[in-house]
Amino acid sequence: MRGLSTLWMRFRRNRGAVAGAVTLGLVVAAALVGPLLYPVDPFDMVGQPAQPPSASFLLGTDVAGRDILAGILNGARISLLIGVLASLAATVVGVAFGALAGYYGGWVDDVLMRVTEFFLTIPSFVLAVVVVAIFQPSVVTVTAAIAVVSWPSVARLARGEFIAQRGRDYVQGCRAIGMPDWEIILLQIMPNALPPVIVVSSLMVATAILTESGLSFLGLGDPNLVSWGYMIGVARTVLRTSWWMSAIPGAMILVTVLAINLVGEGLNDALNPKLRKR
Amino acid sequence: MRQASLLFLVRRLLQIVPVVLAIVALNFFLLRMAPGDVADILAGQMGHATAEFTQQLRQEFGLDRPLYQQFFIYMGKLLTFDLGVSHLQQTPVIVLILDRLPATLILMLTSVVLAVALGVVLGVAAARREGTIADSLISVLALVVYATPAFWLGLMLIVLFSIKLDILPSGGMIQIGAGLKGAAYALDVAWHLILPAATLALFYVAIYTRLMRASMLEVYGLDFIVTARAKGLSETAIAWTHALRNALLPVVTLAGVQFGHLLGGSILVETVFGWPGLGRLVFDALLQRDLNLLLGILFVSSAVVVSANLVVDLIYGLLDPRIVHK
Repeated sequence: MRGLSTLWMRFRRNRGAVAGAVTLGLVVAAALVGPLLYPVDPFDMVGQPAQPPSASFLLGTDVAGRDILAGILNGARISLLIGVLASLAATVVGVAFGALAGYYGGWVDDVLMRVTEFFLTIPSFVLAVVVVAIFQPSVVTVTAAIAVVSWPSVARLARGEFIAQRGRDYVQGCRAIGMPDWEIILLQIMPNALPPVIVVSSLMVATAILTESGLSFLGLGDPNLVSWGYMIGVARTVLRTSWWMSAIPGAMILVTVLAINLVGEGLNDALNPKLRKR
Repeated sequence: MRQASLLFLVRRLLQIVPVVLAIVALNFFLLRMAPGDVADILAGQMGHATAEFTQQLRQEFGLDRPLYQQFFIYMGKLLTFDLGVSHLQQTPVIVLILDRLPATLILMLTSVVLAVALGVVLGVAAARREGTIADSLISVLALVVYATPAFWLGLMLIVLFSIKLDILPSGGMIQIGAGLKGAAYALDVAWHLILPAATLALFYVAIYTRLMRASMLEVYGLDFIVTARAKGLSETAIAWTHALRNALLPVVTLAGVQFGHLLGGSILVETVFGWPGLGRLVFDALLQRDLNLLLGILFVSSAVVVSANLVVDLIYGLLDPRIVHK
């Protein structure tokens, strides 16, 4: 408990991180309760197409007369959902790879790291595009595609942490009393190896949201759901006459990603105070 | 020493081959998992196709053979640099790729140079003024740009520079119908290149700026900088001749890694600006299930990326002679 309160104290000192946390809180709240408080179907034609923001439509309507505010609120759900799920999946896979490679070393390390490097070499967005296009766009395939291209960096980091920890006295002690490997890995080393991984994973949510927006901009998003990238793709056709239509969802992506990055950096400073950059 | 470098080069070149082959294999099997093939698409385009006709097409293209046989036939051809034929466009894949490759390479190289140059200048400027308003301003800008989706940034740049100010073209690579030649043509391409290259580069400018700033500050803490100051060298000379060279390594590493990512970014940027490059071709090939073309592009692009990483390794040795390739 005391650990958490010092953590909070350190986090609070970083003004950018606090601003990021507040902003992110607002976006999360909009995603959770927004569609309930403003129950307009984002696919419904509710008025004349391409209306600028006004009293009846706070953010205007799109090319098909759909309510942009409804799209923004529902899009927040998709962005955050896919961002969090993809980075969770990437973290689990990456930590598993990194932990095994770092703990056992030798040929296990060689094999796992060759696989990791292989995935680092493939242009990641291209691979994501190929995966989504082949398995048909849906929340599941988009999430999986983003996870597939994101896990290698976690694997490298986790491996480094495990290598640093495995020679420590407490690990030797665990071995001496005959503790099984899985227990050492999961219960003893993991808690010590996790802080830097948490930072990278939280920053990865931001990258995942950017990737998702790029995919759905290209038309590779779930066709049954409105997302911010999709809204930009639709609005692009009327860029000349109604630039605000693509400006609004893009600004939402920017604000959300910026907030996550600020929080991630705040976490980094709070969790690893010694590594703090000047 | 020279011999060691040569050996290193040969060994790295030999390492490239299995990596590229593995990427091709992964792509090959991944793409075959897709429902529907080029025979379906072609039959669909002709309208009145029967099942027999579709089957006949498959036979003609060798798509009726077992997968492993198709794979070995493809790999066998690849070893002689035969990338096959795009069945949809009835053109050898290599012709289609070579037609688009220059446009993408111009875009990517311009972006890399722009990103590294701007990132280094801004990063050094921020580090030299650590803690001042200029430093904070640069850092905040970098943070904002780093959070901006590149394709959206491109659209907003079009709004500003093409629609509102009307000073730059909003898309394409040349002025259509102008029929320019020689220097005028090159100038026209450069004119059209400004917005897409800036769009693709800005995200990386943000990354390099942050990295360069951190790296410079670290070098500033080292003894040889203190010595240089004690010798009475000007701060400008210290920054640009002493510190820069040492602080540049992480930026070079990252530039090599990100060359591959630029290709992904160029799919988006080429879409936004109608730039006639490989990125656009990948996307079209994917939608049309033109697998031979797609495999060919992925092969060429991974070869480019892996080679870029090799070049980075070599630049490394130039920047820091202490790095001996073993």
